[in-house]
Amino acid sequence: MSTTASQPTSHAPAPRGPAPDADLATSAANRAVGVRTYRPAIGLGILALVSFLVFALHTSAREVQFRFSETGDAVRLPDMEVAAAPFGWVVTAVLAALAVAAGVRARALPRWAMVLAGLAFVAGFLVWIVGTAQTPSISLTALLAGSVALATPLVFGSLGGLLCERSGVVNIAIEAQLLFGAFSAAVAATVSGSPWVGLLAAVLGSVLVSVVLALFAIRYRVNQVIVGVVLNVLVSGLTGFLFATVLQPSAELFNSPPRLPHVRIPLLAEIPVVGPVLFDQSVIGYLMYATVAVVWFALYRTRWGLRTRAVGEHPKAADTLGVPVNALRVRNVLLGGAVAGLGGAFYTLVSVSAFTRDMTAGSGYIALAALIFGRWNPVGALLASLLFGFASNLESILSFLDTPVPSQFLAMLPYVVTILAVAGLVGRSRGPAASGEPYVKE
Amino acid sequence: MSATTAPAGADQVSAPPPTELAAGEHRRTLLGSTVQSVLAVVVALVLGGLLIAVTDEKVRDAAGYFFARPGDTLSAMWTAASSAYVAMFHGAVYNPSGATFADRIYPFTETLTVATPLILAGLGVALAFRAGLFNIGAQGQILVGATLAAWVGFSWHLPAGIHLIAVVAAGALGGAVWGGIVGLVKARTGAHEVILTIMLNYVALNLVAWLLTLPSFQREGSSNPISPAVDGTAMFPKLLGEHFRLHWGFALAVLATVAVAWLLHRSTVGFELRAVGANPRAARTAGISVTRGFVVVMLLAGLLAGLAGTAQVSGTEHSLTAGVAASFGFDAITVALLGRSTPWGTFFAGILYGAFRAGGVTMQSMTGTNIDIVLVVQSLIVLFVALPPLFTFAVRRSRASTHSQEAA
Repeated sequence: MSTTASQPTSHAPAPRGPAPDADLATSAANRAVGVRTYRPAIGLGILALVSFLVFALHTSAREVQFRFSETGDAVRLPDMEVAAAPFGWVVTAVLAALAVAAGVRARALPRWAMVLAGLAFVAGFLVWIVGTAQTPSISLTALLAGSVALATPLVFGSLGGLLCERSGVVNIAIEAQLLFGAFSAAVAATVSGSPWVGLLAAVLGSVLVSVVLALFAIRYRVNQVIVGVVLNVLVSGLTGFLFATVLQPSAELFNSPPRLPHVRIPLLAEIPVVGPVLFDQSVIGYLMYATVAVVWFALYRTRWGLRTRAVGEHPKAADTLGVPVNALRVRNVLLGGAVAGLGGAFYTLVSVSAFTRDMTAGSGYIALAALIFGRWNPVGALLASLLFGFASNLESILSFLDTPVPSQFLAMLPYVVTILAVAGLVGRSRGPAASGEPYVKE
Repeated sequence: MSATTAPAGADQVSAPPPTELAAGEHRRTLLGSTVQSVLAVVVALVLGGLLIAVTDEKVRDAAGYFFARPGDTLSAMWTAASSAYVAMFHGAVYNPSGATFADRIYPFTETLTVATPLILAGLGVALAFRAGLFNIGAQGQILVGATLAAWVGFSWHLPAGIHLIAVVAAGALGGAVWGGIVGLVKARTGAHEVILTIMLNYVALNLVAWLLTLPSFQREGSSNPISPAVDGTAMFPKLLGEHFRLHWGFALAVLATVAVAWLLHRSTVGFELRAVGANPRAARTAGISVTRGFVVVMLLAGLLAGLAGTAQVSGTEHSLTAGVAASFGFDAITVALLGRSTPWGTFFAGILYGAFRAGGVTMQSMTGTNIDIVLVVQSLIVLFVALPPLFTFAVRRSRASTHSQEAA
């Protein structure tokens, strides 16, 4: 909920819909035009109310333990004990203060304040829910490291989708790209004996899906959503069939890929909490940060990026200025496939050691959700993916802790916040204007 | 041509093909599109057969000495593919080795049983297509409909007749609510229905998974997430006697097809929906409320998918599980596309895909061919139906045959 990244190219949407729908991130657009709005105040007020009723009043009077380090770490920090009830009051006070500030100003707060509000709410929720568990103790390192691991394929998937959508091609086939990337990686790495060949194969396999998407969506102008949906079914069926007929009977020949190396950066990895999360990862984990940075820079600071965004917003204008619209779209769709393929490789070369049927289990759709919730912005997509990864990691950790909140509700979270985001209740997510429309040169 | 977008409207699904044709050639275009559908099915089946052949174990053995005796490889390929398809035919249409007549036609009644939810949900998707909306949410709508239908089925104990009506109404209501949310949110906020429906599918799945952990939805004495069985009075009666699984839900599907055909082509509402789908701006200018159209069509689409959920619960499964919708909601999209978003086209496409499903099960048990090949063939069919070059090829073929007749 802290993704208030602005899009330079999108114009400010006129505020509409019922007023109380607002929430914390309506911000950027409204701030740009200086509209008097009470939406942020109302949104923050609702968060403060929830915090008051749940985190402050309805909490256990216990100490919640956060473990920073495990036995055996070089640097050991003492565990942090937080009293659940007072912490709930603090979170409520912070949110209420921000709501009042927003109300007095009658406009959006600066971005840091919104990030603070989001973090405070998430922290309040975390303390509250761990407080309700049988044993109120949780390893912060495991929680964060697991979140980053679960978020990795989502980040690649949403960046792949972003490259397509910013140039005006809707990509519903992220799921197919991840799945086919995972499949190709498993087979190629096993046959060649090298995980690096597997990584390359994942990229190529995923690009192959992109080729079909580009052929149908751009060359033949078939409805892009249809092609995406059908590609998902096709790849699910194809990999499922090949898995059952070829991979499963002779697993040692085709489906026992070697893992990509885990790189532990000396010294940096010894930093408590941050070290294991950031500096003790698979190669793909480091690639993830690099890709986000490269895509952000390329999109907002290069000629290619400007052209890509122009083609996604107003292809006719771009064409008038001599940008080859469809050629650029094809190139970006293929590029997007390559990026998504890296995420696919994560499944079979890093997290699990073999391909199984439908192993991506809908992650492509969550990546799509992250792309939208992150407002078609690379950094936003990264943050949204991390939030969704955090939610699903929390879900699996809490299932051991026995809390009163059903795990299904945490699993629902990414989808619900996406619905709220596209409906304009949590900020307003507007896609590139020409996304989904084929371009015909006149 | 259901899957090509006209340059003007992005949401428009049932647009005319980009191929420029003179007005008098309309009939030939229609013929061409039918030829193309058949061609698409044939090409997809051939490709599927090739896939079965090259992955077959005996074929791989024979390929080891391909240059010594190439005939062995080819005949092994033919045997692998043809035996799989023959088994599929026996499982989907007619089983010649059955002892009685009933045994022999049993496969076809299975096909119709599987086709029932496909047709109902496919009609929902097709109806939304016609109004220019892309309803990927049939899966969630089926689930919610099935949940409500099952709940009324096992917890309300009503007299025979009334109970079944209540169950059908509950299923329709559940689906309509889940679809209606999409229409309402789209109409109010302009959010894209593709995103909304995809997300609501997952919300529905988690909702059902959670409900099945509650004591009131948990079957007594079972630790699995499965609801109690619905009452006998809540089940669809069998259509052809106890020997067959085919139930009155199929009759409901036929009825729904007739109703949708009437709605689209004979009613004011249907006219308005088609106008909204064909050109929303023109529709608005003509005084048709586009936003109301979105709500109405999504309510109806959800209602039809909810009926598909009812058919699952009170027709074949008789209880609620998280897997009660199988993949019918996603298959329904391909069914509607193959049926070119027309009611009867969807009906027959549903039966074809039902045949693939029913036959695929037999194929897997008879020849060991993995049933996922069905997914491959189904998605290839839709891709080829949408492929313009295949369409131009089909039109040219039919035009060439007319020309040669004229020349002779």
